[in-house]
Amino acid sequence: MIDHIGLLPVYLAAGTAVLVFLADLAVARTSVTLAVGVLGAVGTAASAVAVRVQPPHRAFCVESGCSWVYDRPAQLLAVAVAVLTAAVLLLSAPTLRLGQIPAGEYAFLLTASMTGGVALAGARDMITLIVALETLTLPLYVLVGLRRTSAESAQAAVTFLLTSVAATAVTLLGAALMYAASGEVHLSALASALDVSGPARPLAGAGLLLVVVGLAFKVAAVPAHAWAPTTYDGAPLPIAAYLSTASKLGGLFAIVYVAVLGGVAWWGVLGPALGILAAATLVVGTLVALRQRRMVRLLAWSSVAQAGFMLAPLSALAVARPSGLVGATLAYGLIYVTVEIAAFAGVIALRPPGEDGGTLTDYAGLGRSAPWRSGAFAFAAIGLAGLPPALAGLFAKVFVVRALVNAQAWVVVAAVALAAIAGLAVYLRAVVPLYRSDADVPGWILSPVSPAVVVVLAVATLLAIAAGFAPQLILDLTQ
Amino acid sequence: MSALLTALLVVPFAGAILAGVLRSERAGTYAATGAALVTFLLTLPLPIGRGEGMWHEADTAWVPGLGLRYHLGVDGISYPLIVLTALLTLLCCAYTIWHAPAGRPSGARLAALLLVIEVGLLGVFLSLDLVLFFIAFEVVLLPMYAVIAGWGGEARQRAARKFALYTLFGSVLLLIGVLGVGISAGTFDIVALTQNPSLARSTQIGFFIVLAIAFAVKAPLWPLHTWLPDAHTEAPTVGSVILAGVLLKMGTYGIIRVGLGVLPEGARAVAPALGILAVAAIIIGSLVCLAQKELKRLIAYSSVGHMGFVLLGVAAGAVSGGLAQSMGVQAALLGNIAHGVITGLLFFLAGAIKDRTHTGSLDDLGGLRETAPAMAGVLGFAALASLGLPGLAGFWGEAFAVVAAVQLGGGWIALAAIAAFGAALTAAYLLRLLRRVTHGPAASSVTGIAGVTAAERLAWSPLVLLALVLGLVPALVSGVAQ
Repeated sequence: MIDHIGLLPVYLAAGTAVLVFLADLAVARTSVTLAVGVLGAVGTAASAVAVRVQPPHRAFCVESGCSWVYDRPAQLLAVAVAVLTAAVLLLSAPTLRLGQIPAGEYAFLLTASMTGGVALAGARDMITLIVALETLTLPLYVLVGLRRTSAESAQAAVTFLLTSVAATAVTLLGAALMYAASGEVHLSALASALDVSGPARPLAGAGLLLVVVGLAFKVAAVPAHAWAPTTYDGAPLPIAAYLSTASKLGGLFAIVYVAVLGGVAWWGVLGPALGILAAATLVVGTLVALRQRRMVRLLAWSSVAQAGFMLAPLSALAVARPSGLVGATLAYGLIYVTVEIAAFAGVIALRPPGEDGGTLTDYAGLGRSAPWRSGAFAFAAIGLAGLPPALAGLFAKVFVVRALVNAQAWVVVAAVALAAIAGLAVYLRAVVPLYRSDADVPGWILSPVSPAVVVVLAVATLLAIAAGFAPQLILDLTQ
Repeated sequence: MSALLTALLVVPFAGAILAGVLRSERAGTYAATGAALVTFLLTLPLPIGRGEGMWHEADTAWVPGLGLRYHLGVDGISYPLIVLTALLTLLCCAYTIWHAPAGRPSGARLAALLLVIEVGLLGVFLSLDLVLFFIAFEVVLLPMYAVIAGWGGEARQRAARKFALYTLFGSVLLLIGVLGVGISAGTFDIVALTQNPSLARSTQIGFFIVLAIAFAVKAPLWPLHTWLPDAHTEAPTVGSVILAGVLLKMGTYGIIRVGLGVLPEGARAVAPALGILAVAAIIIGSLVCLAQKELKRLIAYSSVGHMGFVLLGVAAGAVSGGLAQSMGVQAALLGNIAHGVITGLLFFLAGAIKDRTHTGSLDDLGGLRETAPAMAGVLGFAALASLGLPGLAGFWGEAFAVVAAVQLGGGWIALAAIAAFGAALTAAYLLRLLRRVTHGPAASSVTGIAGVTAAERLAWSPLVLLALVLGLVPALVSGVAQ
């Protein structure tokens, strides 16, 4: 007996992908295809909100556990992925209207990726989890390479493909080792089954660590981070936005599921390992971002550092109440995707349609010629830096530092502090050119911005402002 | 009355938004000045109905999940700083109406940023919740960065970045410190923590050191002061006035309110180190001033010395009884306000001189009293007030800081003696400043310069008056604090 209600968001997400495909076949107009995609994604989000989570719907259950559990975290991820997909589809409107990228394929692949993200939300066994995560990633290989006239785009797609395949292989190896050691695939069963003794014990631990390292690729955490800058910079801008928000959030949830639900017996090892991962990610991401001259590369490196902030609280798994740590991680993740999508929407709004992110100097003086767009972009960048007036970003940092101080994880606190300080210099690099008073008029004519992009920019900015004044709402969502 | 506390934050914030959106430059600056005036007037009725402890409080839950409360309050320690903040912001906003820096982004934007800074400053002085205190502390950072980077001098980008990064270093430590204190004690409420400091001595010492470093960056205490001269040299006049007048006071106020109040044992244990650093700041600041060739830089370094006296008072107060009971803390509060008034005035004067002569180099200045006697007169007055002439505002804070140190006996007497010697050095460099700028034959740069304008007279006179009144009646500050 399968509980289909709990699976409704997945059905709707998959249905959206099919509908987009059919719409493209039948009507073959960019605006119709996009509208179907956006409506489908919004419908998916609405159904994900509507399906109850207390008590959670379960499906595909055997005696050792269920493969599908639609609980509060699942709902959170499903809604976030669907909303972000809708936002990215809207952000793609000006690019697709140029006609160089086939709109039907583009929208289909994006909604197919969304299906993977929604399926990942409720996945509670290793096989479903990995398959869902690959469904989320697979369409992106093509999407990254869709700027067909650009060599960078092809390079980006190849880089992404190769590193991703390697990372997936590592994850699969880890899952296989865990299965070999414990004979279980369900996360709920692994929680106790991984606590084996005898010769299988190292196998179980190594398997778990390999899974986490493989999953670190998806969030672009060190040591699997190097693909991000090349891939983001070569991809169409909306796809870079999707990679740094929806795809990254999916990876973060996968790590949380595996580490917190499945890895209970290994928290003593997993915590410090994640702490090292987070600290290295914070330091490397921030310091390299300081030297970037291209806007998207700067955002890419900074999003590497952001992954470090998200992972940092998990480093205290063995010493503090896990619910508080996971709450801090997820709260940071939610605020991050809000301001990150706003930042990318700002970049897209400030650049001519179809262009890449350009260099930092390409933005010189835009603060005067396009005050609202520049203001919104600056607000988002300040939010990523975690400073007022973007209170949401400040609270996100407070959540993380509070969880770490509570657990007395001082080394990770030091890495977070360093990254927070140097991070300001990174984001100032992105914002200051906009407001240079001695700047000449930009070399290209500032084009009028598409209403679809304005909607995303405005909604994301308003959400960020609202989250800044009522951060308790975010905390309530993530408890 | 508690609505009044919220209004103190809302009015300047609304004014800032209004000044930022208004299309007309003129309307924007007038709106900002209007908001600053209303804020200043709102501070005046605060002492009505005051009693022991907090005079008025506002307290609502904000983020229960963090234990963060929107808890504001005013008492005798914060009130003088609140009035000073509101007054200086008002003067600076009014100043931008007539003195918008030429060739730069609009004066309305500058005034709007000043108001946002005011929100942060008042937030710091009003906060009775540790996390709220931290958030208000952070609010000031980016607007001040923008003021320096947008309206500053030649090397403004570098100076602004240095300011921002140094300050952020301090505030990240502040965040760690306040979260640590709050989590260990189980509450973020400053009043509750002050009334029964429950933390163990060793915990207090650890957190006090973290917080003292955080506040020392802002104050700034030697050797964490190096951002200050650059920021002051490059900042526009109004930026320097706010920076020296009230921004630095966030550091000293924080160390008194949070350091001495919440962590008395920690403060007592660390006080000797703080005292030694404070005295080093006095001596080093004065010696650098003696060799300084740039007008604004000299005044900036003088701040290092003066804040050294304030911190000496804090250190002595920490040993002899903590918050508000002791002469040391009284001296620190007096010194805080006096420095804000006098240095604010000095930076107004330095800005006026640099605007007219286009140089800040002491070598190129000279004979100001020949060509602009009124300005030279006010500069002389401000310098005398700054060097601590009895009867003017600067005297009480520094004298009593030294006396408070002497009363502790032992090694503190040596510190007091060195500090007193530093006071003599202070007199030496300020007299040197006067000799170089106002006396001697008129240099080419000062000949034919305009006299004091009405706007300047308006901006300076309240400060001149305050420097005199506080010198004659220091009880205006120390009285309300008791």
